[in-house]
Amino acid sequence: MNDSTEPHTDDEATAADQFFDTNEWKKHDNHIFILSSAGKPVYSRYGCEDKLVTLFGVMQALVSFVQDSDDSIQAIYAGKSLVVFLIRGPIILVSVSRSKESVQHLSDQLTYVYNQVVSVLTLTQVTRIFEQRRNYDLRRLLTGSERLINHLLDFTENEPEFTMNSVCCLPLSSSVRETISNAIISCCSKIKNLVFGILITGNRLITLVRLKKYHLKPCDLHLIFNMVSGSESFKTAENWTPICLPNFDSSGFLHAHVSYLADDCQACLLLLTVDKDLFFPLSAAKKNIVKVLRRTQCLDAINKALKTPLSVPDDIQTVHHFLYKCKKTSQMLAPAMTTPYHTTESANELLKQYEEMHSAIHQVGAPLNLIFQHTCTEIMLGWVNDNFEIYITFKPLISKSNCIEAVDKILKWIQKEEDKLFMLNMPTF
Amino acid sequence: MFSHHISPTIGASFFTCNINIDDTRIKLQVWDTAGQERFRSMAPMYYRNANAALLVYDITQPCTFSAIKSWVKELQRNVEEPLVLCVVGNKTDLETHRKVGREEASQYAASIAASYFESSALTDTGIEDVFLCCASGMITLSQDKLVRNLRVTTPHSDSPPTRLTSIPTGENEKPPLCC
Repeated sequence: MNDSTEPHTDDEATAADQFFDTNEWKKHDNHIFILSSAGKPVYSRYGCEDKLVTLFGVMQALVSFVQDSDDSIQAIYAGKSLVVFLIRGPIILVSVSRSKESVQHLSDQLTYVYNQVVSVLTLTQVTRIFEQRRNYDLRRLLTGSERLINHLLDFTENEPEFTMNSVCCLPLSSSVRETISNAIISCCSKIKNLVFGILITGNRLITLVRLKKYHLKPCDLHLIFNMVSGSESFKTAENWTPICLPNFDSSGFLHAHVSYLADDCQACLLLLTVDKDLFFPLSAAKKNIVKVLRRTQCLDAINKALKTPLSVPDDIQTVHHFLYKCKKTSQMLAPAMTTPYHTTESANELLKQYEEMHSAIHQVGAPLNLIFQHTCTEIMLGWVNDNFEIYITFKPLISKSNCIEAVDKILKWIQKEEDKLFMLNMPTF
Repeated sequence: MFSHHISPTIGASFFTCNINIDDTRIKLQVWDTAGQERFRSMAPMYYRNANAALLVYDITQPCTFSAIKSWVKELQRNVEEPLVLCVVGNKTDLETHRKVGREEASQYAASIAASYFESSALTDTGIEDVFLCCASGMITLSQDKLVRNLRVTTPHSDSPPTRLTSIPTGENEKPPLCC
């Protein structure tokens, strides 16, 4: 996005018309656009949206043409490209992809982008603005947020948590996790209107303390992760920022006290409240929390856990990698990618394969329980039941019975380590 | 200190810093607020009870200079007690791209009884002067009987320390100013 609203000269207009014909523009596989229902550009993932006015016009025309017959456009298959539309009130989101994802996957990605917009503005504000002025230029209010959208899109493409619709926890012994949760609860006990206390590191959850009856879905937690990891400026000082969590309450903001625990412990604490005047009490509570965590050696425990990435257990030699989701808690395990998936390219290739299996298993109308596929580079298994989902990548020359044996071993290992790998109970204030 | 990886402020960030002028120790409590329009409604929270405001603009972007004028009006309308005002033209490292003249800016500053400074957060120049000026302006303010929430106390007393809240505004890509 760009603030310039100066009119183009004729020459510039011609150049702008040809902008999406350039190789620089065409080389990208997954374009994402946001526009208003009046056809005004809001966001383009690559390149200045104001040079793409004609393209946005076409998208708006397609949407309204189908709407005229009381229908709604979902997707267009055009050769190697797939165009997916998502219409949410006054906002239209479009994805143009050549990378073979399913319509559902791209539509979920667009929903995430939409959620990010709502997270910055609240649904109430978005609706009100367009009710008052149908041709409002939403870029004015989103200035600075395109960075968050870009960052979120990278997350949806590079991390399995998006596809699996779940969060990863930092492995910690249950007693350490409990001490941390209790520190947050006791230091905040006198503060009213506190809704969530969340401690995270990177994209991993350390603990989540909540007000009784309130829950956070993975997609809202992903927005929180995105805000923290996308904002370097949080590292330099204490912060106080409004954030709307669309699946929790799309109508209003929560106010978040955001700060890293200490210079020697890069975990980020978020205290979320509905009261916009709570900064100083929360700031004091945070200091006390850090004191307790330091005294109880929890900061050291967190640092130690950060240095030991999750890996496939040593005695399971036949398995390269796996993804496991516990359905009840919406928490997942994703060991670090090791050889032969240690490069970004090969890791992304594997993620893409998980995505395809996930799409096949969850196909609308024809869901599957089990997929077993054999390629020249690996064997992959996907298995879903009432309790869990597991996707496993085996070395390529393993017999079926060895695979089954390995699945058993993994499941047993997870069961044994369960209280360390997952947050089994969600403590309350 | 300036980090090239610093992203724009989201919401507002808060930090304190201590400055000594002669025998007086001044604790500045600083709110660094985001300049974007969507955070505007949060602003009263920060300038309520403030004793000073830093109005920071980008010398290469005239729109940020006009933006501080609207902030000054808002402050004049809403803050009853006297404020130490400093207008700061940032990014002097981009002198060749300057679009707002020093003369124009300092004349404007004089017209609202503010001090005028120029700084570069990138090269860490001029920033200390801004905070020193704020601090000494506040010592002067504290002698004014009208200002109730600002006091210079003798050491070891339990009274609250001298405080300052600042509202740098107008620049979206503004790095934090630290002491």
